[in-house]
Amino acid sequence: MEIPYTVTARPDTGLYSAKIGIWLFLASEVMLFGGLFSSYVFLRMGATPGLWPHGLLNVPVGTMNTAILILSSVTVVMAWASLKMRKFNMYRLYMAITILCGIIFLAVKLGYEYPDKFHHFGAYIKPEAVEKYERYLGNEHMAKKGLAPRYEITGHLEGETEDHFLVLLDPINANPTDPANDRPHFIPRGRPGEAQWQTFEAAEKAGKKEEAEKLEHELIEKNLLAEVKKEDVRWASAFEPKHSSFFAVYFTITGLHGLHVLGGILIFLYFLFPGAALYKKNPEHLANRIEVAGLFWHFVDLVWIFAFPIFYLL
Amino acid sequence: MNNPANEASLAGGPAKTHHHDVPHHESHDAHDEHDHYNPGFWSKYVFSTDHKMIGMQYLVTGLIFLFLGFVMVILMRYQLAYPGKQIPFVGLWLQDIVGKAFMPGGVMAPDFYNSLGAMHGTVMIFLGVVPVAFAAFGNYVVPLQIGAPDMSFPKLNMASYWSFFLGGVLMMASFFMPGGTAKGGWTSYAPLSVIGDMPGTLGIPMTWPIALTGQSIWLISMVFLITSSLLGSVNFITTIIQLRAPGMTWMRMPFFCWAMLVTAYILLLAFPPLEAAAVMQLMDRVFHTSFFSPDGLVVNGLPLAKSGGGSVLLWQHLFWFLGHPEVYVLILPGIGIVAEIISNNTRKPLWSYKSLVYSAVSVGILSFVVWAHHMYLTGMGQKVAAFFQTTTVLISVPSVIIVTALLISYWGGSIRFNTPMCFATAWLPMFGIGGLTGIPLAFNSIVLQLHDTYYVIGHFHYVVAPGTLFAIFAGIYYWFPKATGRKMSEFWGKIHFFGSLICMNGIFMPMFLQGMAGMHRRWYDGGASYELAKPVLHLNVAITMAAFGLMIFQLPFIWNFFSSIFIGKKCGDNPWNATTLEWNTPTPPPHGNFTKPVAAYRGPNEYSVPGAPRDFSPQWEPNI
Repeated sequence: MEIPYTVTARPDTGLYSAKIGIWLFLASEVMLFGGLFSSYVFLRMGATPGLWPHGLLNVPVGTMNTAILILSSVTVVMAWASLKMRKFNMYRLYMAITILCGIIFLAVKLGYEYPDKFHHFGAYIKPEAVEKYERYLGNEHMAKKGLAPRYEITGHLEGETEDHFLVLLDPINANPTDPANDRPHFIPRGRPGEAQWQTFEAAEKAGKKEEAEKLEHELIEKNLLAEVKKEDVRWASAFEPKHSSFFAVYFTITGLHGLHVLGGILIFLYFLFPGAALYKKNPEHLANRIEVAGLFWHFVDLVWIFAFPIFYLL
Repeated sequence: MNNPANEASLAGGPAKTHHHDVPHHESHDAHDEHDHYNPGFWSKYVFSTDHKMIGMQYLVTGLIFLFLGFVMVILMRYQLAYPGKQIPFVGLWLQDIVGKAFMPGGVMAPDFYNSLGAMHGTVMIFLGVVPVAFAAFGNYVVPLQIGAPDMSFPKLNMASYWSFFLGGVLMMASFFMPGGTAKGGWTSYAPLSVIGDMPGTLGIPMTWPIALTGQSIWLISMVFLITSSLLGSVNFITTIIQLRAPGMTWMRMPFFCWAMLVTAYILLLAFPPLEAAAVMQLMDRVFHTSFFSPDGLVVNGLPLAKSGGGSVLLWQHLFWFLGHPEVYVLILPGIGIVAEIISNNTRKPLWSYKSLVYSAVSVGILSFVVWAHHMYLTGMGQKVAAFFQTTTVLISVPSVIIVTALLISYWGGSIRFNTPMCFATAWLPMFGIGGLTGIPLAFNSIVLQLHDTYYVIGHFHYVVAPGTLFAIFAGIYYWFPKATGRKMSEFWGKIHFFGSLICMNGIFMPMFLQGMAGMHRRWYDGGASYELAKPVLHLNVAITMAAFGLMIFQLPFIWNFFSSIFIGKKCGDNPWNATTLEWNTPTPPPHGNFTKPVAAYRGPNEYSVPGAPRDFSPQWEPNI
């Protein structure tokens, strides 16, 4: 028995079956990611002013990843076109580039962006204790500028005792009244106390207790290091999904998107190596398969085109 | 099956014109498969890619799940009628199975009641009715009715079944996990579903992984079921678009195929948002995010240690975005089955076939914009409520057109009241009652009184139980001869029918009275501890008796189903003198379905055509 229209198009619809199948699948995927993106809108609209974080992601790296994905979308079309022109070696080249782009994207995401977040820490101050931390939050300054108040102290968690967190502050909390910090920054800046903290750690390691104490005191004095009392903290966590609605939806959407990228890479690897044997028997069939897989890849790309601005830029 | 005479014709059919374009290897592969189509036991009955075998697998698995779901509700009904009494016969045995915490001394504990309630809904809808009404009948009948050799993607079809199977097994396995199954109802409303079933409660050890607690398994299992329905619906739509036989134009397609097409679209587009929601709830449970946990949530007097900032309404929106279209997924295949049977047994064309088709499509589209009528009392706002009230009233228009057109189809017919026709005929008033009692629920002022009462239970059970289930029974009696070559017994069929009809109404009609009296649907003791329920409390016993009766009247069906495979009356290829293409195949249809090239020459229900030699003019017979 033979199922018709697996390779050739049905005359009255003009399509082979897999093409309809993949478009239907993509329609379903649109609804899946549509559900997630609407949740993003829903949660963000419902967020208390000042509680939706901005500028926590690395925009240059995100932009690079966007460019890589767009490039891979181009190369997958080139791979398909090469097959249509029956240039098998070009197909292999373009397919390899596509796969490489996908791998770089994932490597950047999993190797740099995610771990970078996991090492970052934030503590939400209880509304009634916000005034105690004015020197880190600068809410008077924010009110003067007509901006939403700050509730969160972020930075690197250097130590935790029973009653407080020791946070090496981000620039925004180290210089809260600096007008340069009024708006989120696209390019991440190092923590201003980083160098001094390393000297302190070195001193502590060397056993120079007095010098270390002096350095630590200096760090706190200069607003570079903060002791945040746990009793004043409503909620504190590393920048993990549980940190806030923002990171919850960020990790869910980018995680699911990452799984799609991984799926695409596996499919392409199959078509680059064992699946490519089909070329000898029926190049048109292989071209169809690459077209269908390519459509999926474009969709994955498109999801990222939506995810990038809503998480990195807005 | 491996009939050499079929060989030439199988490659023909719709593919014929393109056969020569197909490159060599393709025909070679197909040739191999075809010449030696003599699969072993495993690939024939278990890992089959044949749409008919997959349809049967869905049917049998789905019927088993329907039975399990029914048993669950029987246990619940006993608790409602006789609260706090030991369940006779099985109570102590259940205590051994699910543990002392859930069935102390054979008496149902509240947590176990909640588990059964959640599982009854989930099993009946996602594991019972959808697989049987949509997947089983769809798989078996649709390719035959459109004249296709198989589904477009047979391997995906198999994957769809096994994904469903895994999801179902996983769902049932949660009964044996510490803490039991999910307890949040089939709707799994947050935030209770997020904070419930956690290690440290209900006897779940602190070290037990959250991903293996009842509610988490419910979510994971839903992801499998959604994957299954996704693969299935892609396959159905592609098959209907691509594999229609020559001459099978859209308006010559049997109405059943239209109903399946609309259903597949609904499944394709409505299920993914629930998948998104399930992923988010899983994140909430396993990674402690706050998608569905609002600020300031207090549990057992302590603030919940979470970031907050989420929304419980978000879950409801995403859930009902699936949940309401799902209702039409449950009923549309039933409408399709009933339409085929009514037309066949009235020996008349369907009255206004086109309005049926357009109505089904309209129902499918409108079903996406009515979901929030489940949420009138959530405080989502009057403007939103007014919008959804309007759309909900709108969707009743095509539904009424469907029922009316089917009813008028009886006019002037010479009706054969065989078992399938009995079920199909009873379906009309049953679905009618279910539908009409839903109209009050469209209005948000009336919902103030009726929300979450037994009235709602009665309403949707009328649609799904005597509605869809009767259509399923009708379909089984109707297509059984095609699948087995033997008819089911009319005698046992009639007993099954009349018994079920009386008992179904005995169960669900009193629920309207209880509901209007204000009885709440989630009371574990059936209302015994509530003063307001006193006047309608006695009905609990009546309903439970009717439910027992319904169970007894399913025995003839089970007997009839299995015995007829061996001792049923033998019949030919077209025992009902029907017109649609599935009756043009050998019985049972071989791998590849049609033994000669098939084409459709006329509409699907051409019965009693004036001047025709017989009272039916099959689609496959050329005009003379």
